[in-house]
Amino acid sequence: MTALAARDVRAVPNAGSASPLLVVEALTKAFGGQIACRDVTFELWPGEILAVVGESGAGKTTLLKCLSGQLEPDSGRIALTRRDGSVAELYGIAESERRRLMRTDWGIIHQNPRDGLRFGVSVGANVGERLMAVGARHYGEIRRTVSEWLERLEVDPARMDALPATFSGGMQQRVQIARNLVTGPRLVFMDEPTGGLDVSVQARLLDLLRSLAGELGLAGVLVTHDLAVARLLADRLMVMRGGEVVELGLVDQVLDDPQHAYTQLLVSSVLQI
Amino acid sequence: MYVAVKGGEKAIDAAHRLLAKNRRGDPMVPELALDQISQQLSLAVDRVMTEGSIYDRELAALAIKQARGDLIEAIFLLRAYRTTLPRLAESLPIDTGAAFLRRRISATFKDVPGGQVLGGTFDYTHRLLDFDLAATSGADRPVEAADLPPPAPRVLDALNAEDLIERAPVDRGIAPPDLTRQPVEFPAARALRLQNLARGDEGFLLGLGYSTQRGYGHNHPFAGEIRAAEVVVEIVPEELGFPVAIGEITVTECEMVNQFKGSPTEPARFTRGYGLVFGECERKAMAMALVDRALRAPELGEEVAAPAQDEEFVLYHSDNVEASGFVQHLKLPHYVDFQAELNVLRKIRAGTADPGGAEDSPAMTEAAK
Amino acid sequence: MTGGYNFAYLDEQTKRMIRRALLKAVALPGYQVPFGSREMPLPYGWGTGGIQVTASIIGADDTLKVIDQGADDTTNAVSIRRFFAKTAGVATTEQTGAATIIQTRHRIPETKLRDDQIMVFQVPIPEPLRWLEPREAETRRMHAYADYAVMHVRLYEDVARYGRIATAYDYPVVVNGRYLMRPSPIPKFDNPKLDRSPALMLFGAGREKRIYAVPPYTPVKSLDFDDHPFTVESWDRSCALCGADDSFLDEVIVDDRGGRMFVCSDTDHCRGRRDAEQPA
Repeated sequence: MTALAARDVRAVPNAGSASPLLVVEALTKAFGGQIACRDVTFELWPGEILAVVGESGAGKTTLLKCLSGQLEPDSGRIALTRRDGSVAELYGIAESERRRLMRTDWGIIHQNPRDGLRFGVSVGANVGERLMAVGARHYGEIRRTVSEWLERLEVDPARMDALPATFSGGMQQRVQIARNLVTGPRLVFMDEPTGGLDVSVQARLLDLLRSLAGELGLAGVLVTHDLAVARLLADRLMVMRGGEVVELGLVDQVLDDPQHAYTQLLVSSVLQI
Repeated sequence: MYVAVKGGEKAIDAAHRLLAKNRRGDPMVPELALDQISQQLSLAVDRVMTEGSIYDRELAALAIKQARGDLIEAIFLLRAYRTTLPRLAESLPIDTGAAFLRRRISATFKDVPGGQVLGGTFDYTHRLLDFDLAATSGADRPVEAADLPPPAPRVLDALNAEDLIERAPVDRGIAPPDLTRQPVEFPAARALRLQNLARGDEGFLLGLGYSTQRGYGHNHPFAGEIRAAEVVVEIVPEELGFPVAIGEITVTECEMVNQFKGSPTEPARFTRGYGLVFGECERKAMAMALVDRALRAPELGEEVAAPAQDEEFVLYHSDNVEASGFVQHLKLPHYVDFQAELNVLRKIRAGTADPGGAEDSPAMTEAAK
Repeated sequence: MTGGYNFAYLDEQTKRMIRRALLKAVALPGYQVPFGSREMPLPYGWGTGGIQVTASIIGADDTLKVIDQGADDTTNAVSIRRFFAKTAGVATTEQTGAATIIQTRHRIPETKLRDDQIMVFQVPIPEPLRWLEPREAETRRMHAYADYAVMHVRLYEDVARYGRIATAYDYPVVVNGRYLMRPSPIPKFDNPKLDRSPALMLFGAGREKRIYAVPPYTPVKSLDFDDHPFTVESWDRSCALCGADDSFLDEVIVDDRGGRMFVCSDTDHCRGRRDAEQPA
């Protein structure tokens, strides 16, 4: 129906490749006179999860929006490697290609399920939408695929036809995750994915996310203010303050041996229970 | 034996004859004259001219007579007539500041240069039915017209001089788009929005304006100035190269002073809302100014949360000719589509789930057709 | 002859503007072209789009047929036919085969169309995504990016809830493999007639100010699922007047005891069959 070819939704991401998935150089974005993020530089490799931490107003969410194609930066570059190995400037390619990448190659998990789900249609339709967007036309197969993914996210497939509002917050998040993963993206952007959930529900969901990410070889950028979440999910940690990157390194190294004064402050102010 | 329904033409002819009869009413009652309508139902005429987008009192009166007093039907008549009129020229923008005033009030200052001129307003009447009006007199001797108050400076110029209010948009000589010639595309320029609102249904705008006052997009309005003015309309014929007056019209203009706004680079100033109508449709001018200001929310950095601030919602539904047509089109036969729906519903109710379209026949190929 | 109005009511400038829009529409099958719709003497919602299209293409030699619900004698069809008789003085007909231009509301005639014929459809709501996304700014973007997932989601929900796609008329189609289009409120029964038809199909939405087209011999596919394919209505009886068992039937209530009768919606088709059966 569309000009898109249906993608093989079980394609394996290019793990063990020689080039990074995402290259960010000197990314800068300001609103009016306010700098939101300045000179942010890093690389993201296939299968690795980078956590971005800092207080509110540090620029984390702006950064995430720029990286995920939702907000064009004022300067700097974001380059991503396509499945075929070629490199694309995220804001250099046509809007239509960017949108296609958003539907197939990467996912966005919002903190509030209302931002990431259609509340007016069933859970099954929510999870199946991306499949249909890339050309899936067999109702039975769509339902089968949706079923499989719901199970993987520990949601009862028998409730596939129910509306999202009939589920708990934690369940809605699982549906949101399934909705994003169903086209086999290589990269997931997460903005406080477990924020606002009960502690025990959080813990289970984080565990699930961790094993899924490992199993699927997912790369990710995770924005959070919670260092414990960062430690659990991420491979590397980037600390932001006032729009700038103050520290970047392996998550355990940074948390156990913070170098920058601000990082030290963050780490020491986490309550020890 | 069932005979297929016929006679649509005859039915329509009979309906038209009955309509003409109803319009005339009791033949023993004298027929309405156009000048009676124009003189004594002048506010109805003003509204029909404004929303019909033609300034011609006699035409509007005729439309009202033909429409049996249904103003939206009369507006439709004028609009349809307007489509057939050739475009001869475009006037210069009218200057309400240089106009003689029928009425001029301001709620923002106790007194202003030129004074508070009440004009002939309903405002301070007690709404008690006046049974003396039940009697009619014939035509009487003409009354001498009093001189109109001379032009007075704009109230908002005082605020302007102190730089306390945002500047009115500057005329950069760019011709505004014409809503009657091209469809709206979004986001719409303010000039286009104002055109739409000027032609828009008074009731719809009144409701929306009211909603802003009750909190659906509140913007702290004050009536800076309301003036009913006699303005001269001028064109610049190509052969002459200078303005020539072609007539005078009455307009009512409302300038609202709204919530002040600043930014890191601009000092805080009052903002504006604007309304303009033909004749004395003051209520419409005020409602229009409230809605104009509400629609400026995005440009003023305000969150768009209320219906009056939603550009597509307001501009698509303000036209009563469009609205009336589409609402009433439901009277047209829809029995084929209804039959199709009946079909589907009966099949669903028969509980026959559709494992592969067993109930309906397969789609015909062109060969079969 | 035409009482002070231009031929077919519209002035030549306006006709030119509409023809330009029609050309764009034909060049982009199924794409909605915005146009400066004029206020007409008939109300918005009652066929002003179709009338403007017809007025822009009709010539003195044309023969016009106007139908509503498949019948020539419904009141609005009569009104529109009179309008053109009055303002253009063209020949009119009730026979599908004799017409060069057929303006229609809600049906495509049963008689197969030819390549020298033009169908003009009256369209109330041109945007197929309108019930799923009220904002025009957003639907234009969706068409630009061929982002039609919402529509498929809607069809999926139908099957999940009712076991079948529940759309009965104005059934969405994809034109030439690219644009999602509304065929106007014709019953889905008529959708197959659009596919690769030899006739030119023009669609006019006056109030919404959009024109679109399906050029002759263009593929038009109704949306469905591979395992829930598109189907058309059928009745378990034939027309009570002419015996046709392959035409769209109107249900007529004949008494207050639930008596029903089914007759062809296409009155010309029905009469033609009856005349053929009983030579005078």
